[in-house]
Amino acid sequence: MAKVVVVTSGKGGVGKTTSTAALGAALAQSGKRVALIDFDVGLRNLDLVMGAERRVVFDLVNVTQGVAKLSQALIRDKRLESLFLLPASQTRDKDALTEEGVASVIARLREKFDYVLCDSPAGIERGAQLAMRFADEAVIVTNPEVSSVRDSDRIIGLLDSKTLKAEQGESVTKHILVTRYDAARASRGEMLSIDDVLEILSTPLLGIIPESQGVLRASNVGSPVTLNEPTNAAARAYVDAARRLQGEDVPVVLPVEKRGLLNRLLGRRVA
Amino acid sequence: MSLFDLFKRRRSAPVARERLQVLLAYERKNRNQPDLVAVLREEIMAVIAKHVQVSQEDVRITMDRGDTTSTLEIDIHIPNASGAAAL
Ligand SMILES: Nc1ncnc2c1ncn2[C@@H]1O[C@H](COP(=O)(O)OP(=O)(O)O)[C@@H](O)[C@H]1O
Ligand SMILES: [Mg+2]
Repeated sequence: MAKVVVVTSGKGGVGKTTSTAALGAALAQSGKRVALIDFDVGLRNLDLVMGAERRVVFDLVNVTQGVAKLSQALIRDKRLESLFLLPASQTRDKDALTEEGVASVIARLREKFDYVLCDSPAGIERGAQLAMRFADEAVIVTNPEVSSVRDSDRIIGLLDSKTLKAEQGESVTKHILVTRYDAARASRGEMLSIDDVLEILSTPLLGIIPESQGVLRASNVGSPVTLNEPTNAAARAYVDAARRLQGEDVPVVLPVEKRGLLNRLLGRRVA
Repeated sequence: MSLFDLFKRRRSAPVARERLQVLLAYERKNRNQPDLVAVLREEIMAVIAKHVQVSQEDVRITMDRGDTTSTLEIDIHIPNASGAAAL
């Protein structure tokens, strides 16, 4: 029986899709069977980040409408055989996805996988609510920056009211994943601290992903950063976060500023 | 940073460019007309259904869109003898 995890944020561009790909790959690398669902109807991108864009035949809407079977629409990752992707539809019809359709797809995925990760669209409307609707757990992707923290707070409100778990009197287990953490700016006191973020949102921390060029390189080539550059700091932070998601007790270390020798001498930081 | 990293750093942008060109060429073309591959898939499936009863689960469809050519692979598990009419 799978655990259904929504990767959400409210705000766009904070790293939800990047995190879905990286956490999913890290879970699959540790032997779990993982399905990733792209809920961003009309603006699918998880296929591109996963490098599967040339192989999309069917999508989530096709499955809910009976055009394709679930097994036909799931794309198996070329690198990890226990990792699958269910792409979003590119239709402009935002109502193409129904709650019943999503319920049935998720129920079937639950039987076959250990983890189902739902990549939420930005916003707090229908699409975002459908992505979180059947979640057992939520990864709230937050940048250490005021508008992102505010939007995370609104998303937490939705998780506590609009999900099936909430309506049944239970609660979705929530985790904050701080991404795009810039150690240099933090050391200059120009960024909200992790403690500030956690205190304001009063939600436990899943991990801190540093800002890293490796994330961009990984998306350029269409490979989750944990696969593309396993030793990269962001990749290692994602692997640790995936272990914590599985209940392991892995201490969180604050990313430190990386400076090259020359830059150190010149008092400059590395981009 | 190793030499290898430097090399990779320079190589990822052209890969991104190439991937986007292939994808966007395909998406732009299909914005106004039905997807050729989808049409082929449906017609091939209809022809098969005329002769044999196969459930959707017995059909695996994979594709790979390239910049000059694409491949569409339809893998059908047809039941033997009794299940299938003469093909
Ligand atoms: N840790 C990171 N370091 C550097 N860039 C990042 C990081 N995380 C995400 N990005 C970049 O930020 C942009 C938005 O990320 P994305 O995952 O698409 O966000 P969302 O799905 O929340 O809209 C992308 O260009 C991505 O490469
Ligand atoms: Mg996204």
